[in-house]
Amino acid sequence: MIEIDGITKRYDGITVVNNVSMTIEPRTVTVIVGTSGSGKTTLLRMINRLVEPTAGAIRLDGDDNRSMPGFELRRRIGYAIQGHGLFPHRTVAQNIATVPVLLGWNKARIDAKVTELLTLFQLDPAAFANRFPHELSGGQQQRVGVARALAAEPNVLLMDEPFGALDPIIRAKAQADLLAIQRLLGTTIVLVTHDMDEAFHLAHKIAVMDKGALVQYGRPAELVKDPATAFVQTLIGTSERPFRLLSIETAGDAVEPGPAEGQPLAETVSQRDALSELLWSGRAALPVAATDGTILGRVTLEGLTRRAAKPQ
Amino acid sequence: MRAWIPHLLRAALLVVLIAFLVSPSWFDPLLKPLVQDNAPAIYNQGSLLTLTLLHLRTVAIATTGAIIVAVTLAILVTRSFGAEFLPLSRSLVNVGQTFPPVAVLALAVPILGFGEKPTLVALFLYGLLPIFENTLTGLTTLPPSVMEAARGSGMTDRQRLFKVELPLAMPVILAGIRLSVVISLATATIGSTVAAKTLGEVIIAGLQSNNIAFVLQGGLIVGALAVLIYDGFSAIERVMARRAGLAARS
Ligand SMILES: Nc1ncnc2c1ncn2[C@@H]1O[C@H](COP(=O)(O)OP(=O)(O)OP(=O)(O)O)[C@@H](O)[C@H]1O
Ligand SMILES: [Mg+2]
Repeated sequence: MIEIDGITKRYDGITVVNNVSMTIEPRTVTVIVGTSGSGKTTLLRMINRLVEPTAGAIRLDGDDNRSMPGFELRRRIGYAIQGHGLFPHRTVAQNIATVPVLLGWNKARIDAKVTELLTLFQLDPAAFANRFPHELSGGQQQRVGVARALAAEPNVLLMDEPFGALDPIIRAKAQADLLAIQRLLGTTIVLVTHDMDEAFHLAHKIAVMDKGALVQYGRPAELVKDPATAFVQTLIGTSERPFRLLSIETAGDAVEPGPAEGQPLAETVSQRDALSELLWSGRAALPVAATDGTILGRVTLEGLTRRAAKPQ
Repeated sequence: MRAWIPHLLRAALLVVLIAFLVSPSWFDPLLKPLVQDNAPAIYNQGSLLTLTLLHLRTVAIATTGAIIVAVTLAILVTRSFGAEFLPLSRSLVNVGQTFPPVAVLALAVPILGFGEKPTLVALFLYGLLPIFENTLTGLTTLPPSVMEAARGSGMTDRQRLFKVELPLAMPVILAGIRLSVVISLATATIGSTVAAKTLGEVIIAGLQSNNIAFVLQGGLIVGALAVLIYDGFSAIERVMARRAGLAARS
């Protein structure tokens, strides 16, 4: 659990983060959104003390994050940034091993961890471990960056626009991978993004920053239903509201009993994608299949329409 | 195919240089036309090989000193606690460069006496600037995202310096050392005006006895050394840059 308690940061008298308080539940994904310059990065960097707050405190599982030296704190918290920041003079394996080496793990344990992470991120260890970052594609570099952040098995992973530099197709894949890995490892993720689609796709909770202040912090559906300010409303986009709602949950969550014709949808696709598929195929219902191929039931146009309507 | 030619020329230059130093008399017929009837065409007041080695030793000692001081200084003024000394150290190093080595010799001789010592001082001062400036450039132009990642992964200041900053800046630092060495190789010859054992001796002897062959061979040996050492450093820099993943995009 991360408790951010009345955090303020001022630079030369200018307040860039203003009295922000929020509690981040363990094993959840929290996404921070807001316009450029609203203080998202500064807030994130105060969690691992790359920036020291002017006032307030941040507690990790109850312990003030100033109870240990900054560098020790940062070895326990994963950190992945836009443009990955891989060390160009070190191989992929050495990059991933950065924090384990700092922590003094033995070689066997480090090697095992590197292999495990490369495999988890679908990079063949035999082919990639000894390559240098410049010998990878942008998407691969980004995956190695996240793998490096996870190498010391941190409970908390901070990500600052991690997918900002990726093309839409690779980005969608990276988001799906991140969610899968987050579920697998139970990591608490705090992620900053400009992309509202990304926020709704990934977040258990969304924090909206505006001019240094936290203007709303809640589940995605709450933001759509009750935007706290006109700014939140604008950020979500009035015409996007029904689709935002549908993009939060998966087709599996909308399954109804009954038969349906046509190509089955995977239960993991978002309801938004399911709706799109229904509209495009011209059908009123489509079957939904589990990952093993068994048919779970169907999603219907009518059911999704109900789910997309303004919550009561 | 073409890429071979420079390597071939370099190898040939090295072979000729070694041959000339080991057995100068072979080249006697070549230099003979440059001198008057009975004058010697090959330097005869000492071994050219010994002078060359002493010349190189002087440059090596002075450059090592300059590297240690300039790199340390550049590291210090790029740390947060040393930033305010940046302008001061810049001016100091600049003075070292602009003060003519001959003047340094003149001032140093009364204190240090004749011989190698005043030459070392002059070369040391003269060699600081390129190394200092390049180290500074190398350390201040590191990719911000890499520095952010180094801090974010929990490296201490010292770990960042040795594991990330210096390795990444190394090609640029080496380029500074290369410049400094080449300047020193040429400048060291003036050390012989204060009785330091360098190849300057050959040139000065030639000037005094109006022997063009002496002047030429002294100059050519220094020139050949400079070219070969320059190339050697460039090659090391390229390897380092490739290792640092810096030149790889080209
Ligand atoms: N070290 C600093 N010194 C002075 N001002 C700073 C510093 N770091 C950030 N700021 C200012 O603080 C404000 C918030 O910056 P921050 O990087 O947190 O914004 P952001 O929400 O992450 O923006 P973006 O979406 O563009 O990344 C900006 O106005 C920025 O100029
Ligand atoms: Mg930012």
